[in-house]
Amino acid sequence: MDERRILTLKINGDPHEVVVTANTTLLEALREKAFLTGTKRGCDLGACGACTVILDGEAVLACLTLAAAAEGCDIRTIEGLSIRGELSPLQRAFVDHGAVQCGFCSPGFLMSATALLAENPRPDRAEIKRTLAGNLCRCTGYAKIVEAVEAVVADAGEIADPLPIAAGGAA
Amino acid sequence: MKTLNVVGQRVPMHDAALKVTGQAQFTDDLVLPGMLYGRLVRSTVAHGRIVSIDTSAAEALPGVKGVLTGADIPDQVYGIVPKAKDEYALAKEKVRYVGDEVAAVVAIDPETAEQAARLVRVEYEELPAVFDPLEAIKEGAPVIHDRHPNNTSVSIHKEFGDVEKGFAASAFVFEDSFYSQAVNHAPMEPHAALAQYDPLNGDFTIWTGTQIPYFLKRNLATTMGVPENKVRVIKPKVGGGFGQKLDMFAKDFCACWFARELGRPVKFIYDREEVFQTTRQRHPMYLTVKTGVNKRGKILAQHITAHADGGAYNSTAPLMIALSCFFVMIPYKIENLVYDGYHIYTNKPVGGAMRGHGVPQPRFAIERQVDLIAKRIGVDPVEMRLLNAIKAGEPHAAGFVINTCGFSESVEEAAKAIGWKEKRGKLPFGRGIGLAGSAWPSGVANMAHLASGAVVQLMREGRVNVLSGASDIGQGAETVINQIVAEQLGVPMEDVHITAADTGLCPLDAGTFGSGVTVRAGHAALAAANDVREQLFPFIADWLECGPDDLEAADRRIWVRGNPERGMSLSEALKRYQYADMPLPIVGRGAWIPPADQPTDLLTENGNFAPNYSFMTQAAEVEVDVETGKVSVLRMVTAHDCGVPINPMLVEGQLDGSMVGGMGQALYEDSTCIDGQQYNPSFLDYGMPTMLEIPDMDSRHIDTHDPLGPFGAKEAGEGTQLAPAPAIVNAIADAIGVEFDRLPVTPQMVLEALKKKDGAS
Repeated sequence: MDERRILTLKINGDPHEVVVTANTTLLEALREKAFLTGTKRGCDLGACGACTVILDGEAVLACLTLAAAAEGCDIRTIEGLSIRGELSPLQRAFVDHGAVQCGFCSPGFLMSATALLAENPRPDRAEIKRTLAGNLCRCTGYAKIVEAVEAVVADAGEIADPLPIAAGGAA
Repeated sequence: MKTLNVVGQRVPMHDAALKVTGQAQFTDDLVLPGMLYGRLVRSTVAHGRIVSIDTSAAEALPGVKGVLTGADIPDQVYGIVPKAKDEYALAKEKVRYVGDEVAAVVAIDPETAEQAARLVRVEYEELPAVFDPLEAIKEGAPVIHDRHPNNTSVSIHKEFGDVEKGFAASAFVFEDSFYSQAVNHAPMEPHAALAQYDPLNGDFTIWTGTQIPYFLKRNLATTMGVPENKVRVIKPKVGGGFGQKLDMFAKDFCACWFARELGRPVKFIYDREEVFQTTRQRHPMYLTVKTGVNKRGKILAQHITAHADGGAYNSTAPLMIALSCFFVMIPYKIENLVYDGYHIYTNKPVGGAMRGHGVPQPRFAIERQVDLIAKRIGVDPVEMRLLNAIKAGEPHAAGFVINTCGFSESVEEAAKAIGWKEKRGKLPFGRGIGLAGSAWPSGVANMAHLASGAVVQLMREGRVNVLSGASDIGQGAETVINQIVAEQLGVPMEDVHITAADTGLCPLDAGTFGSGVTVRAGHAALAAANDVREQLFPFIADWLECGPDDLEAADRRIWVRGNPERGMSLSEALKRYQYADMPLPIVGRGAWIPPADQPTDLLTENGNFAPNYSFMTQAAEVEVDVETGKVSVLRMVTAHDCGVPINPMLVEGQLDGSMVGGMGQALYEDSTCIDGQQYNPSFLDYGMPTMLEIPDMDSRHIDTHDPLGPFGAKEAGEGTQLAPAPAIVNAIADAIGVEFDRLPVTPQMVLEALKKKDGAS
């Protein structure tokens, strides 16, 4: 368990070298080794969804994923959602609809919602709720989060690529 | 009235983009060079004497930089209320609940710190423990703090009016008992602290997720034994507080202590279990309500007895019990009332401020009893509430001055919106509606330390910098302050930049509690912005050949009212001001304190409690699954008088969050402690509401314009969480005819009640 090795994680298209042990979680690797602190630690037990990232197109909990298991995967984090300073449609909708209060759960919600829309650009309200039920929020009462996702769904025609990578990235 | 451009608008939070891109920095996101990581060692027994602590194995672990025990720290207790300090940063001699801090370790990484914490060996002599407040006050119960042999650390006995006379005049007198459970705030961000020490000046800097930077500064200085001016508290983004981040915690003290001892920055992060078990929770409370009414249901006298389970320490105890007492005096006009309240120690997690602070418990009891009484005497619960509703401008038995009050309107509006006439008592078995009312102050007024200050600097290029002591914990305080300043100076939101809640830079502020920030810090910011106007506008008025009061400002322009052509851009105005060699920088200063002609001691004197009061009614429609006992809230309405909303979108966010929080308290949440051991200190086991449980929510605004609020505003952050629980339980009674008297109403309770009901019929 103490044996250390160097992994190369592909995060938002960029190669990040991180030193890990066998039990280092992806959450620790992101936050403490790659200094990508946008991914939040709310419980470290897979119960709150604050650490949600997208691994090869699927939303996963970084606190329950071993860093070593993410090697070779396409890892997307909240830092990779906006391209050259332009907010993604979901990020924009979260801002405009007041879906953000303290903001601690927002990265996780945005990653879950982004993965959902990548798979199904037109989910109905029930599917949105079902998919995002694994993300907890104590501030908003969730209503405005649902509203924000629905606003993006209503405009779904505009999203060409829900998970683009900035030009110059390694993808 | 002046047209408003920024105030009253649905502008996004000023830091929302940083939050949705992962750039907003919470305490755990901060990294300093050479930073070390701390971990606390916590008591494994509910009540015991510390016999010995062996730190040698921990100290010998490679990578461990320091170990600290209670014996090493100054003999100085702390607490949020000066008269009720009873807590050591690390326990000395005794531990009083499972999770009490006994030692702290610091190491080069979090893993080593955790390993070291496990190597600290603590030997306890276990003492008899007590876990229920009604047991704790009995003769011969274990004594938790020697200062309070009956375990009652605070008690309050208040009488308003003449209760005996009121009961004598009553046509009916009813007495009912209720219980409200322990609820955890469960902010998404766990508690954290990062401290740095400058050995040359003896200066501490601590970044910590706190709701009250100035209280923390004082408590840190006192416990560390250093002057207050040596401690600078900086609040980064806070991931929710709800009252749980008011107090100083061991992590704050230990981070500072080790930063000084080791000469390196030190970070402490609590894990989720620590948040649930060792920070604060809503006080469980036993309540008995005796109410006398006339034939129509007019309340003539009320006697409330409350036993609050405080857990092992006081935290806010005197304030909590005083609030609990005074705020049963709104939203109903109660001329004659006795409140007997007791804060009682037990060997359990510590009670503290939580959204509604001591009031949701009596609100549950009273609002349940109103429905019970209405049923018993055969009146409509809505009519009974309207009959007893407080009105603005009436004399008040506790001395409150209520200038604006939309309570009656809120009852009517909520009843209409939920379909009271069509649905109450008329829905099929298993479906029902109910409502409940409440009210809340915009910040408590009669306490010391309640001034709020602001500084506004108008820069040469038109940028506006604001310094405020207010603590934005995610509710949007900074955005509201920016809106007020932008409005007064006639600039768009994006020109206003706020630095807040840094005790080294920002003026004094009372902090975020009691829902007072918008009124208190908002007024201070308004005054500071007006001070800027008073410096710049007379000069511009001379240029435009008008009086300063004839000027209007918006969208970076200043012009003569009624004559938009006679004006200039703000940048032109500032250029002329500068070239005329007028005094620079233009800095405005503002301060505000609630009207101060009131007594300062809550426990013994009455008086007006707040600058103004918000009023609201919540209504719920529920469906009870009679097979599983599960209650679903289908719809929730809140009709709310918060004066003029500075930002309606943020207000709605507060109302939505409060309704769902109240629903959690009604149906799911119960921080369960059995024999001193927490049974559900995780999100998985605790069960707060997810997106799947939320009802269809409808918030309706009742218009009032309060003379003491900035732009007519009142609070919106706490009041709405008081009454969802009784509204839901009242709706359950309508649905299945069962009158629950304790929270939460679990499926098991519903099934048992239905079974009993079937057996009886």
